[in-house]
Amino acid sequence: MLSVKDLSVMFQTRRGAVDAVRGVSFDVAKGEILGIVGESGSGKSVTSYALMRILDAGGMIKAGEATYSGVDLRRAAERDMRDIRGREISMIFQNPRAALNPIRKVGHQIEDVLRQHAQATRYDARGKAIAAMEAVRINDAQARFDAYPFELSGGMCQRIVCAIALACDPKLLIADEPTTGLDITTQKAVMDLVSGLIRERDMSSILITHDLGLAAQYCDRLLVMKDGLIVEQGDPAQIFGQPAHPYSRKLVDATPRAGASVRDLLPAEARSAEPRMLATDQPLVEVRNLTKTYAGKSGPVHAVRGISFTINRGQCVGLVGESGCGKSTISEMLVRLLDPTSGQIKFDGDDIAKTPARRFARDSRRADIQMVFQDATDSLNPRHTARQTIAEPLRRLARMRGNALTTRIEELAGLVGLPLSLLDRFPHQLSGGQKARVGIARAVALDPKFLILDEPTAALDVSIQAVVLNLLVDLRAKLGLSYLFVSHDLHVVRLLCDHVIVMKDGQIVEEGPARDVMADPKDPYTKSLIAAAPTPPERAGDTAPTQLETKNAQHLAVHDTRAS
Amino acid sequence: MSDITPADLPRQKGTLDHILYVLRANPVTLIAFGMFAFLILSALFGPALVPYDPLATNAGNALQPPSWAHWFGTDQIGRDVFSRVIVATRLDLTISVAAVAISFVVGSVLGCIAGYWGGWPDIILNRFLDTIMAFPLFVLAMGIVAALGNSVENIIYATAIINMPFYARLVRAEVNIRRDAGFVRAAKLAGSSDMRVLATQIFPNALPPMMVQVSLNLGWAILNAAGLSFIGLGVSPPTAEWGIMVAEGANFIVSGEWWLAVFPGLWLMFAVFTFNLLGDGLRDIVDPRKRT
Repeated sequence: MLSVKDLSVMFQTRRGAVDAVRGVSFDVAKGEILGIVGESGSGKSVTSYALMRILDAGGMIKAGEATYSGVDLRRAAERDMRDIRGREISMIFQNPRAALNPIRKVGHQIEDVLRQHAQATRYDARGKAIAAMEAVRINDAQARFDAYPFELSGGMCQRIVCAIALACDPKLLIADEPTTGLDITTQKAVMDLVSGLIRERDMSSILITHDLGLAAQYCDRLLVMKDGLIVEQGDPAQIFGQPAHPYSRKLVDATPRAGASVRDLLPAEARSAEPRMLATDQPLVEVRNLTKTYAGKSGPVHAVRGISFTINRGQCVGLVGESGCGKSTISEMLVRLLDPTSGQIKFDGDDIAKTPARRFARDSRRADIQMVFQDATDSLNPRHTARQTIAEPLRRLARMRGNALTTRIEELAGLVGLPLSLLDRFPHQLSGGQKARVGIARAVALDPKFLILDEPTAALDVSIQAVVLNLLVDLRAKLGLSYLFVSHDLHVVRLLCDHVIVMKDGQIVEEGPARDVMADPKDPYTKSLIAAAPTPPERAGDTAPTQLETKNAQHLAVHDTRAS
Repeated sequence: MSDITPADLPRQKGTLDHILYVLRANPVTLIAFGMFAFLILSALFGPALVPYDPLATNAGNALQPPSWAHWFGTDQIGRDVFSRVIVATRLDLTISVAAVAISFVVGSVLGCIAGYWGGWPDIILNRFLDTIMAFPLFVLAMGIVAALGNSVENIIYATAIINMPFYARLVRAEVNIRRDAGFVRAAKLAGSSDMRVLATQIFPNALPPMMVQVSLNLGWAILNAAGLSFIGLGVSPPTAEWGIMVAEGANFIVSGEWWLAVFPGLWLMFAVFTFNLLGDGLRDIVDPRKRT
């Protein structure tokens, strides 16, 4: 149905021409779901934009052919392309909130597409739009028709985007990272819905994602892309079981999965023995009946409702829950950026909740409690170089200056595996993984006792996530840190944590040793979280017990340079 | 891996290199900086270099058209127009730079307070700014000068007051969107007080849009000062100032002595044009993201 031959796309930039896609060929058959997997910068999104002819300014198709049911997509007139877009080929974009017009009712946005393609008239558009909303299983579509995007949850917005994309019964659906940024249960719901609709309507689809596990679960065939080239293609079971290309093997390794330890995420040659953790039973942080209530427009909003837990010295505790469960509020309160409504936070025996957050910046315990932020880009000042960023806590709290400061910064850069030559770069000149390292270096600069990790790998590619998670494991062993690891992904939490707390609606629904909670979840909510994670096909190597792997592990440094 | 190896990019260059790069990359910026340098040089050295004393009258040589001796001609009491135009640069630039500096500083401080803490200071400030902006700004400036008296300082204060709301609004918006940014929270974890976070982390990020505003405002402030002088509410004669010269020369256009008003007017236009062109270049220079 869609046939692409030797497609090359280049971008004209300030530093000359950049080849984003370098000769890609593939076909999509009728009724097939094709997965394109690759990390950021691999050219997977650009390929789809080129097919739709919606490349950014400066981008152009340099060579190759793309034919869709006999139409030459490369040479078709813009008028014809307008008819094809939405009508024949439609797209679901990554960020549903950005893809929807924020000041237009969602129902009208669906009507727009229908009327643009003459699928509805002014009189029956409303009814057809509501039917389209019902097709994507939106309950109470009549009422939701008049909602604005900001009134809907992320998952609901993505359903609206799907409704828009499917409204005109296209033959081919291109989904570009449709679930990135959504909660894991929402991801499952949206993916099940989309793949169900595709099968039902006998459509074809291209699913673009960085998550190999997700692609393997929903696609009939996978393409693995790297640097604008297809390095491997085949059916998911084969790519997972017997990856032929070293890059696909690395991606397969880096995908968190049942039974794998954190070291298993690294390529085989970079694995070293996992360091021994010295978790004690002396409590370091004791949280007692912590609550946080915000004054909302319609009455008080209870973000956190009476939570108690303990983190021992050297322990890593995972805090898991979906967005809105109060886990970020808890981490903000523990790190003393936010004052609790009531309750105690005992750190080393003292109640630190007594010191208001405003004055805690000058408190003597400030250096002991630090945090690694979720979004590495957002947490670095765009006007400060990496060196200035790491220097900030050292200057302010340790009063370091001159040579001592320089030495310490370089020591920290070595510790987190950041090449010294990158220290004088600004954040926009660093990659995602490098920015994460700068953020970690800043957090451990003052030798804290307690580190809060707020989804530190959420914005990273899987292979970088693997490296950063291993770095965190090494740092914990080396510096004797205690972690609170906040995440929505139980499979990532399991890799790092000894103890897991599962939260829902501001309350703890289940807690216990990580192994037990994962193996035998008691609460239905925990069960649904575990079930929602993508289940990639079994790997040949993974069936072997992990003890065997540790025994055979080679003692190689984990601070691999490939991530830098 | 998708990361870039160190060898791929040249090492971070200094600020001077960056300025040179911006000038080279954009010819308009280069021209604007050349014009700006000319204005600065006229302001600094003009009074020492001009051929005639701008205040010396010579009744026998009045209203002469442009010639080799008097490039821009002479006025109704025989003063050399060229000397007066060049000498006036210093006064006009001083007024606009001082006025913009005052509104920049006051507007930034007010905008930071309102944007960072919000609450009632924010509400009060916003209503106060609305009040100022509700007046026709030139009329407000006229009122201020009329009330305080004709002097250079009062022109500066009046110009500063009518420009201030724009800076306060801009800074407030820029501070507000960064108030809860990750790097701000990280700075607090590093032991920085609110004041320090505001001054070292948030405010510098507002500089790029501020620079565009500054350069547009410099031109606008010159026009404003000249306008006040033109209607007799500014600098008083016989001081050389573009606005007064245009005002005085306007009387003679009808009788054919066009050069009295045209040359100071041209210079005024040149200065405003320079500042308008300067904006984008200044923004590129203070924005680290342009350093690739």
